[in-house]
Amino acid sequence: MPEVAVTDARGTDAERNAVADAIAIQSPGLITFDAIGPALTFDGDRIARSGAERIFNRRHLLLPVLHAVRDAVGYISEGGANEIAEALQVPPAEVFGVASFYELFTFEQPEAADVVHVCDDTACRIQGANGLIDELRADGVVVHGSPCLGLCEQAPAAFVQRTGQQHVSVRTATKPAVDAALAGQVTVPIAPVPQPSDALTLLARVHDAAAVDYEGYVSTGGYEALANAVTMTPAEVIEQIGDSGLTGRGGAAFPTGFKWSAVAGEDGPRHLVVNADESEPGTFKDRVIMEHDPYSLIEAMTIAGYAMGAEQGWIYIRGEYPEATRSLKSAIAEARSKAMLGDDVGGYSSQGNGFRFDIELRMGAGAYICGEETALLNSIEGYRGEPRNKPPFPTTNGLFGRPTAINNVETMVNVNQIMLLGGEGFAQRGAGRSTGTKLFCLSGHVRVPGVYEVTYGATLREVIDLAGGPVGDLRAILMGGAAGSFIGADMLDVPLTIEASREHGFSLGSGVIMLLNDSVDFDDFVARIAQFFRDESCGQCVPCRVGTVRQSESLLRIREKGAAVETERVLLDDFAKVMADASICGLGHTASGAILSAFDLGLIGASS
Amino acid sequence: MTATSRPSAERPISPVGERQVAIRTKVTVSIDGTDVSVLEGQTVLDACTAAGVDTPTICYGPTVTPVNACRVCVVEVEGSRTLVPSCSRPAEEGMVVTTDSDKVMHSRKMVLEFLGTSSDVSQADDIMGWIDDYDADLGRYDEATTQRMTDEVKIEDDLYIRAYDRCVLCYKCVEACGEDAQWTFAIAMSGRGFDSRISTEFGVTLPDSACVYCGNCVAVCPTNALQFKTEFDLRKMADWRPEDQTITQTVCSYCGVGCNLDLHVQDNAIVKVTSPSDHSITHGNLCVKGRFGYQYVQNRPSA
Repeated sequence: MPEVAVTDARGTDAERNAVADAIAIQSPGLITFDAIGPALTFDGDRIARSGAERIFNRRHLLLPVLHAVRDAVGYISEGGANEIAEALQVPPAEVFGVASFYELFTFEQPEAADVVHVCDDTACRIQGANGLIDELRADGVVVHGSPCLGLCEQAPAAFVQRTGQQHVSVRTATKPAVDAALAGQVTVPIAPVPQPSDALTLLARVHDAAAVDYEGYVSTGGYEALANAVTMTPAEVIEQIGDSGLTGRGGAAFPTGFKWSAVAGEDGPRHLVVNADESEPGTFKDRVIMEHDPYSLIEAMTIAGYAMGAEQGWIYIRGEYPEATRSLKSAIAEARSKAMLGDDVGGYSSQGNGFRFDIELRMGAGAYICGEETALLNSIEGYRGEPRNKPPFPTTNGLFGRPTAINNVETMVNVNQIMLLGGEGFAQRGAGRSTGTKLFCLSGHVRVPGVYEVTYGATLREVIDLAGGPVGDLRAILMGGAAGSFIGADMLDVPLTIEASREHGFSLGSGVIMLLNDSVDFDDFVARIAQFFRDESCGQCVPCRVGTVRQSESLLRIREKGAAVETERVLLDDFAKVMADASICGLGHTASGAILSAFDLGLIGASS
Repeated sequence: MTATSRPSAERPISPVGERQVAIRTKVTVSIDGTDVSVLEGQTVLDACTAAGVDTPTICYGPTVTPVNACRVCVVEVEGSRTLVPSCSRPAEEGMVVTTDSDKVMHSRKMVLEFLGTSSDVSQADDIMGWIDDYDADLGRYDEATTQRMTDEVKIEDDLYIRAYDRCVLCYKCVEACGEDAQWTFAIAMSGRGFDSRISTEFGVTLPDSACVYCGNCVAVCPTNALQFKTEFDLRKMADWRPEDQTITQTVCSYCGVGCNLDLHVQDNAIVKVTSPSDHSITHGNLCVKGRFGYQYVQNRPSA
């Protein structure tokens, strides 16, 4: 590979140092070469978008290094990008192509060192977000409207992206709270979840502030699940997962045992990736787990690594989760120092069942699409977060082309329960394909918003009652987020299971239950959802790149130009069909669901 | 999927116990009810072609890796919930493919409507033809509220221009500039969604970028977003007349590689240079000398 050719622009010392430091400190625990294959360090080959091989040095460090430069100087300058290009030997056009894919990277000297991203998406939109934005702007604060920040139970929310200082989120944001964050003060969050500990299983530890430390975790039963797991063979662990009936909690409800045995059946090295890019509007359950019980995720991943023979785990967390990132980062370092991650996890080799496992934490940078599993893989590898065409699937051709299991955070922490209760014991709760407990994210017009843990099969009404019931006259409920659908009050007695929801034409998705009363301007609300997909489409395939724009335009015509609903509906149906049939990935497939359901419920055009 | 070597007298097919020589077998696929056989590793598109079914393609090209981005070649494959891009899906034994279902027709029509309302495809003859063939109705989109690519044309040198208002973001130029031909990586996809653009780093001009002016991006562009400056100037003067042009095949005289050149000549002047994409040496690719260094051929005293 020849030296990359860059323009004359040079980086400043600050930028150069940021690049060097990021490369030097990155990955203290990254298991290289023999475990992963050479891909992670030098001369790695990669299954590219369509199967071609690409060879670059250290390409996978691109995203961490971009973060380092942005955080040091506030933006990615041409000179800074050149430093990155040379240090990583990635062509500068590709450095720019990758960086410009992400919302949190900008390319001009920012007006202010700290940028405030205020969520003006679904839940925050109906709780005064736009008023807050106006108020902040009137005071000269640089504000960006943001898609959902995953703090819907504490709406409106903001994310303060600082320069040279750690990022912070602002919950139940007011102008004084944002001002305080800009001055470096961190607001005290409310109780993590509304339910008391004795009503919780997966979340049993979140009220215990001590559990974010290693000792506190261990003293509350932490690492017992792993101890149980290593008494079994890896194959037996996977069998237990299969027996438990555990399905993916990220939205697709794929059987986890299936996925794991597929990966375990492939030749190594294998990878385990946890999808913590929780970006579906209205979803905030994984954030609660990561902020308040980070070791439970680490322990579950360790069990998964043991079961599948995957020696390298990855957590891909969204860039707008600064507190969860810090919590995980310190927990991973602590687990490593206690030898609960590393060459001989837990010292189990003395019992004859030793194994290696370590975790690498990677941060996204503002792209909903990176929650799509193959886009996530590309993002980790240092490419644009564009989904791959499937097949081949990640179980055979995943991260760096290796067999890879990708699981959601909530799915993963269920693994601990399965190891404690046994597969069949776990399956005692719930029924059919819907076993165990499910976390639901209640937000919007509900008395006590928050994450609620219930056994699969509770009715929608029961879950809403747990949260104190609706505020005002309930008009519609957004289930499953922007990629889900609106349902009416006639669905309140549907049991929340995978099967029953499907039968009634909606999906539980990532567990979003957003209540909307009759004060909501649905034309505006639904237009914002369309705008969300327009903003978040990666742009790779034509149906989604253009379809999301045409869909958004259609809704704006109804809202702003008084266009006839019937005429627009014909177009919208055509857009929906081509996006569902011919898009590459799930974003396009689901980009119309909520919008069409809003029409079907008569929510659109009702105000005019 | 690739044949490693051919059996020969020196290297016979070995018995069990030694490494087996891979042999490409054939697979049989049903295309609209007709069984056709193609080599293992060939695509559904190859099978469609073998069955005599014409399939529109934009981001596919014989010399570039398909990125499955345009979705105009989609077909229905039995057992698949969504449509399948025929250009990149390997044909499998027993696959049942439908190319003319309502679902396929609808998706192709919509993709063409989307492209036709987003970019200026007037110089993309294939796309214009398919817009008619598939009854794509560009007129039903309200002009005032329908966003288009409105980029100004980039004229940075005398060799070729970039008119990104004609771009359909098929990635072909990126692939040609990168690992499919040139390994220069002067351009990449940048931005996201509808705001994605093919760009150099920070949008610097081509002379400032890593561009080596091989023009292989121009050769694969399906919409004339990238075109010779000579063509651009003639079109501007409404004097671009393909029907009056002749093509002279010759061999590049610069070095000993032996690249075939097609000299496109209008009014006794070279207006464009290409190379056949099926040529065994060039695969349609040239270097700056072969592509743009033709002035010496017509080095006449200036008037």
